Amino acid sequence: MRPNFYQILAACILVTCTLSAYSQESEKLHQRANAAMCANCHGSEGRTVEKSAVPALAGLPREYFIQQMQAYKDGSRKATVMHQISKGFSDAQIASMADYFSLQSR
Amino acid sequence: MQRRHLLQHGLALGLTPAFLAQSVFAQNTAEKAQVIVIGGGYGGATAAKYIRLLSGYKISVVLIEPQTDFISCPMSNLVLGGSKNLAEITTPYAALSSQHGVTLVHDYATAVDTQKKTVALKNGSTLSYDKLIVSPGVDMNFDTIEGLQAANASGQILQAWKAGAETTALRQQLQAMPDGGVFAITVPEAPYKCPPGPYERASQVAHYFKQAKPKSKVLILDANPDVTSKGPLFKKFWSDNYKDMIEFRPNHKVVAVDAKTNTLKFDAQDSVRANVLNVLPDMRAGAIAMQTGLATVNARWCGINYQTFESLAAKDVHVLGDAILAAPAMPKSGHMANSHAKVAAAAVVAQLSGLEVNPAPFLTNTCYSYVSDNMVIHVASVHQFNVDEKTYKTVPGSGGVSAEANALEATYAWNWAQNIWADSLL
Repeated sequence: MRPNFYQILAACILVTCTLSAYSQESEKLHQRANAAMCANCHGSEGRTVEKSAVPALAGLPREYFIQQMQAYKDGSRKATVMHQISKGFSDAQIASMADYFSLQSR
Repeated sequence: MQRRHLLQHGLALGLTPAFLAQSVFAQNTAEKAQVIVIGGGYGGATAAKYIRLLSGYKISVVLIEPQTDFISCPMSNLVLGGSKNLAEITTPYAALSSQHGVTLVHDYATAVDTQKKTVALKNGSTLSYDKLIVSPGVDMNFDTIEGLQAANASGQILQAWKAGAETTALRQQLQAMPDGGVFAITVPEAPYKCPPGPYERASQVAHYFKQAKPKSKVLILDANPDVTSKGPLFKKFWSDNYKDMIEFRPNHKVVAVDAKTNTLKFDAQDSVRANVLNVLPDMRAGAIAMQTGLATVNARWCGINYQTFESLAAKDVHVLGDAILAAPAMPKSGHMANSHAKVAAAAVVAQLSGLEVNPAPFLTNTCYSYVSDNMVIHVASVHQFNVDEKTYKTVPGSGGVSAEANALEATYAWNWAQNIWADSLL
């Protein structure tokens, strides 16, 4: 039996939605794994151990995170390490980290 | 089976219940999937934890690690210098099980069958995997230096490059040495595990001598033409603080040791006799990687697909940490192994869940060296995956070293340790 137009349309919609859901899920995974590159110093999910001199990133407002990373990049905020690390990230990567950590509970 | 193939298959059949069932196939696969991690260092422990985290605790993970406690190599030189003890750099593995549901198997992996996808344990049992992560670290190639194997086995000439019993034993040798004695450390040709480690160790021993045995000397006998990492920073601190104590001799490749007279023999230079010898031989990927045929590069390091850390020699086997053939400018460090582990964990979770593998992963590295008990220097780098060249490259203008040794970074270094131990193990 050949599928009729509506069956093909419905199949296409379902496939598109499924693929889109998968692509979103993939992106979420990549974002979380990329943000984990900060965790070695700033704690898993941006939550540090108690009394850490290295600040926690979890819950930092998105705009603040981006602003500080740009300040490290352009040298207006002094640092021991972050002025060197921040220059390794693209603006898109910084924005993605900012999104991620802004949604983590402290 | 790939997700896309399933979808094409489902579409060809039309809108059948089978298709709808298949749309949850990947998720079910992830729930039933079994990952085995061999080796609980910075790489393996982190991979075990992050596969659990990134899969929403769906994928089962077994960590095979003979020890019940993790003893950190980073910071272990402070035990030699006397400002920390072994307990302060030790973290139990137990939280990986209690907090993250990782199954801990305290045993040795003795063989891997990459066809049957099984790992044999020393206790005689066999475990099956869907994905295997091999993170064995390095082994010392004692055979490259005549007489070293026996001298190490007897406890006379130590490496203490894997923190633990040898760290304590080397500290005891230093304490027993008379004032006016000589401590000699030999550095193998790069690449080796922890590029700045030998120079940090020399600094720590000098720090201890300065307080306890001020007439003593530290000799660094280096197979390389110069200090391998943070050279100008180390040399500046040495000349300012340990001027008549530390002596650096480049191009000294050890070929033999004489345990009877505590003497080092070199390929070209005069022999050196010292009270305490710390001999670091050439290193290579850990034994389980070697015997599984994963060390595809010079029969020494494991070649991998840098995007996923999957072995070039065996399907569904991922290798990470010090055992891999490092990409350009990538050090063999604990921090780097922790970073590898997260890229590998995400790739394994993606593949087992039918998701896409990260097209553009990146890695960070920060490595602190204590030049005294409270002064520190660092080197930092960011490594972005280059799609065209299929390797990692450092970003021009990024990364770098400390301007000079400073006390603020000693605070950050100790905090780095606390946070990375928690990130890897808690």
